[in-house]
Amino acid sequence: MEDSDSVAVARVKAGDGDAYRALVDRHSRSVFRLAYRMTGNEQDAEDVVQETFLRAYRQLHRYEARASFGTWLYRIASNYSLDLVRSKKRHPQAAFDESPAPGEDATNAIHSVASEAPGPDRLLFGDEVQRTVASTLDTLSQQERTAFVLRHFEGQSIEEIGTSLGLSGNATKHSIFRAVQKLRRALEPLVNSAGVS
Amino acid sequence: MNHPTEEQFVLYYYGDSNQGAAGIEDHIHDCEPCRASYQALQRVLNSVDSFPVPERAPDYENRVWAAIEGRIEKRRRWWSFGWRQALAAAAMAVLLVGAFLAGRAWQKPAPRQMAAVDGGVRERLLLVAVGDHLERSEMVLVELANAGAPAGGRLDISYEQKTAEDLLESNRLYRQTAATNGDVAAAALLEELERVLLEIAHSPSEVSARQLEELRKQIEDRGILFKVKIFGSQVEQSAGNSTSL
Repeated sequence: MEDSDSVAVARVKAGDGDAYRALVDRHSRSVFRLAYRMTGNEQDAEDVVQETFLRAYRQLHRYEARASFGTWLYRIASNYSLDLVRSKKRHPQAAFDESPAPGEDATNAIHSVASEAPGPDRLLFGDEVQRTVASTLDTLSQQERTAFVLRHFEGQSIEEIGTSLGLSGNATKHSIFRAVQKLRRALEPLVNSAGVS
Repeated sequence: MNHPTEEQFVLYYYGDSNQGAAGIEDHIHDCEPCRASYQALQRVLNSVDSFPVPERAPDYENRVWAAIEGRIEKRRRWWSFGWRQALAAAAMAVLLVGAFLAGRAWQKPAPRQMAAVDGGVRERLLLVAVGDHLERSEMVLVELANAGAPAGGRLDISYEQKTAEDLLESNRLYRQTAATNGDVAAAALLEELERVLLEIAHSPSEVSARQLEELRKQIEDRGILFKVKIFGSQVEQSAGNSTSL
């Protein structure tokens, strides 16, 4: 994958813009997953995907293949997700496109997709865990959320995350730790009561 | 070994304990309360994996490409066009515009070579040139506003700097043309843009994190990126309208 990414990048740099399509095909879904976990919002995640590929194209002259293209792309995506969430915090009226119906729990409305999981008991439990994860992620600071998502879901190293966030190694570790603490506080009673192993 | 802290357990879970990993592993093996505590942490973090991400449609990649292809195509034209030709085209457009505006303002007959060029075509040339100028300016601002933290303490911005230098010349011409034409809002925006471009062009080719932050602050405080974006879309829309004339 990395080799074929390098070939595609070299072709784009040589003026073959169509080669960029191969990179879009390979990475769109994973960028979407990252963006969704960062923003918690489907429409925002879609915006992040498009903007990430546009920005990557514009900045391709800066990409030097020291990191894999995917890692570099995810850094752009996570930075843009952060910008987007910050700007929405400054303009909270546009923060979420899903407005829960009166009496409906917001996290339930946002993550109703979880209802596709199988099995009645497991489904109820799974829904509850998913809702709790979603609502706890929403309570994290953007720094904590980004550091945690990049470490837990994307498997990025402490150093890579620190570079994306402009943080030292210790500050990065501490952000991840705080995020884990908050998740643990919210999830442990639930997980223990269900005897999940 | 003392009982590991919660933070050490988290680092161990993610494989970030470095040389302490073996000690923690042995401790978990030997100490019942710590083993229980670590297993509880594992259960919580494993359950986080159930966080759902909505599935995308099978043709998702095609949809993403369709959404960005047009904007990439535009950028590609600039790449293949080259800076010297781009500047020459911008200068030519300014000359055409100058002649067009002068003709409109003072009702003088256009020079003979201009007479062959239809007024609508001239206007479109101007709008396309200004639109491209704004798009290139926007790219410089976006790239600086979103540049990652400098690796090794310094970030190479020589590309943005060179682009800003190139843009300055055409920006001055467009600003003067707008002022001559009495378009106060456009002239004011171009003046603001000129200040930021000047700042970028005069920066060192490698900037520290602090210098980058100052540049970003300039861009953010003036709201220049947003203004350029809005003005750019208005110009693009006008260019589109004039095509259909």
